[in-house]
Amino acid sequence: MSESNGALIEMKGISKVYDTGKLQVEALTGIDLTVREREFVSIVGPSGSGKSTLLNIIGCLDTPTDGSYRLGGEEVAGFGGDRLADVRNRKIGFIFQSFNLLPQITAYDNVELPLLFKGTSARERKRRVEDLFERVGLADRMAHKPTELSGGQMQRVAIARALACDPDLILADEPTGNLDSNSGADILHVFQDLAEAGNTLLVITHDNAIAQRTERMVTLQDGRITGDGPV
Amino acid sequence: MRLGLIFKLFRSAASIQRKRMILTVTAIAWGTISIVLLLSFGEGLKHTLTAGSTGLGEGIAICWPGETQKAFRGFPAGREINVLPEDADLLTQNIPEMEAASGEMQTWGAQLSYGRQNLNKRVVGVHPQWGKLRNQVPESGGRFLNQLDHDLKRRVAFLGWEIKQDLFGDEPAVGKTFTINRVPFTVIGVMKDKIQMGTYGGPDKNNTVIPISTFEALLGRRYVNVMVWKPRTPELMEHTKRRFYEVLGAKYRFDPTDERAIGIWDTVESQRMTANMSVGIEIFLGIIGALTLLIGGVGVANIMYAAITHRTREIGVLMAIGARKSYVMGPLVVESLALTFLGGIIGIGIGGALVQGLAYLQQNAQSEAMEFLGTPTFSLPVAATTVLLLGTIGFIAGYFPSRRAVSIQPAEVLRYE
Ligand SMILES: Nc1ncnc2c1ncn2[C@@H]1O[C@H](COP(=O)(O)OP(=O)(O)O)[C@@H](O)[C@H]1O
Ligand SMILES: [Mg+2]
Repeated sequence: MSESNGALIEMKGISKVYDTGKLQVEALTGIDLTVREREFVSIVGPSGSGKSTLLNIIGCLDTPTDGSYRLGGEEVAGFGGDRLADVRNRKIGFIFQSFNLLPQITAYDNVELPLLFKGTSARERKRRVEDLFERVGLADRMAHKPTELSGGQMQRVAIARALACDPDLILADEPTGNLDSNSGADILHVFQDLAEAGNTLLVITHDNAIAQRTERMVTLQDGRITGDGPV
Repeated sequence: MRLGLIFKLFRSAASIQRKRMILTVTAIAWGTISIVLLLSFGEGLKHTLTAGSTGLGEGIAICWPGETQKAFRGFPAGREINVLPEDADLLTQNIPEMEAASGEMQTWGAQLSYGRQNLNKRVVGVHPQWGKLRNQVPESGGRFLNQLDHDLKRRVAFLGWEIKQDLFGDEPAVGKTFTINRVPFTVIGVMKDKIQMGTYGGPDKNNTVIPISTFEALLGRRYVNVMVWKPRTPELMEHTKRRFYEVLGAKYRFDPTDERAIGIWDTVESQRMTANMSVGIEIFLGIIGALTLLIGGVGVANIMYAAITHRTREIGVLMAIGARKSYVMGPLVVESLALTFLGGIIGIGIGGALVQGLAYLQQNAQSEAMEFLGTPTFSLPVAATTVLLLGTIGFIAGYFPSRRAVSIQPAEVLRYE
């Protein structure tokens, strides 16, 4: 699906300025970043250095102020609302620090939602959702509401949801930030499995232990990339 | 698609604000009641106005022979024109566009007697065609004058319902004999009650109508006071008027452009004005009702806005996992429409019942003001207008707040952890 060089993400001169009225915050400045398929990348840096802003732009949850961003060879900046929605739906799986599950509906329904948006048939949805719960080891918790699950379980449901449409790119913003160390270790295993299965992963983390498990580490400082290399 | 799932997400948003929801539905119901009432009364008033303006006769011309104002072929101006009853036939024979014509002779000082009753009232003599032209509908058991009455100069009379009441009280009049100037006449019919807005000489309910041939003999008259006629369609009125002047101008030697020789009251024009007026009244009432309903609409918009603000994060999550804008907006707009129509159905139910009740009361009331107000009618156009307004308000109240919510970047919404 991508160009011959295998680059999934190609960013050139990306910047992001937040205009808060009085104050202009330059969250990102001149970011050049290329990520190939099947890479497992960690993004590290101090708090407020722009990690989340960068990942949000990569995940099409936000738009850059300036620069070019090609995802799978396509310039995303020009995409309209529905096309962007479809990119988020099919190409990207986003995992948040605070899970962002919908509390009113069951874990099963949460995972089914992206498939509904994609237009998958009812039979295929059922098969797929059950398969995903099997993979994250929560087959017996499908009918529970998110509030009835532990933090680690909620994050595993969120991972199942991110994987629902078989995305090209899995993004995680401090996925273990709200978890105790045991649950965090569980989640880390899931990510390692995903990487070994050939997925492309970008993970923001404070945790050196996680960063050490990845193949490549990108360091941000004051909105700039100050380090990028193999771990 | 299982959009029901998204409904489930937002339904709880509305239930959080139960009190506000009840208030909003009440406001919509209130607005709907007022619009239903106003429009229904507007319909009733329109019917009265239409019936009233045609009570005199539909699309007729009423003509008064007068004096010439222009000199013509050696005759000076100021000559009196007199029209004979036979001219009614002359007109219809010469003008194919004229559907019917009738002469009318009037007297004000006739003495009507029955038993001990003695009245000094108006009597008119007319051709049989006058009945249809002037909208004289008999009560059951009676009839209007016919050709035989005319040909045989019968002494028969058709009474307005008020004169009948004055003479005969509550007892039936048809077949009874009374006298006009001491000459006995038989009642052949009594006019049915009707709404009549235009009159000349007096309302029809006070008329005693006899054949024009009998009238001539009884009172020794030769000329008509009034000529009433009607074109085949209202559009032919102008043309028929011109031909009317030509035919009578040729006979009585006056200039066919001399409109003072015979004055014409053209009711087509005044009926058109009445129709426009009643449309104007309906629009006015509709706007007042719509404004009342709008207040309820603001309530719906407000509750939707609050519900959506309350669910910003959920909306952000849905957008982040790939919901198109319409997937999120659709259920919210439907919810807004549902709230609006819930109030609307309650309002239409109560309003419709009120209209029925008022119509019942009105039909049993004796007051003339009530009669003129007309019977409020909850008709299909009223219902359609109400539903259309409700739909528009519900849509707008849901569309704009939800469009705002889905236009924010998901990252912006999900930032605060
Ligand atoms: N929506 C926003 N409005 C204004 N400033 C923002 C917004 N989002 C992020 N920022 C600012 O941009 C900078 C980078 O933030 P962020 O990307 O969240 O950093 P990190 O994830 O590395 O902690 C911070 O100074 C933050 O305050
Ligand atoms: Mg962050």
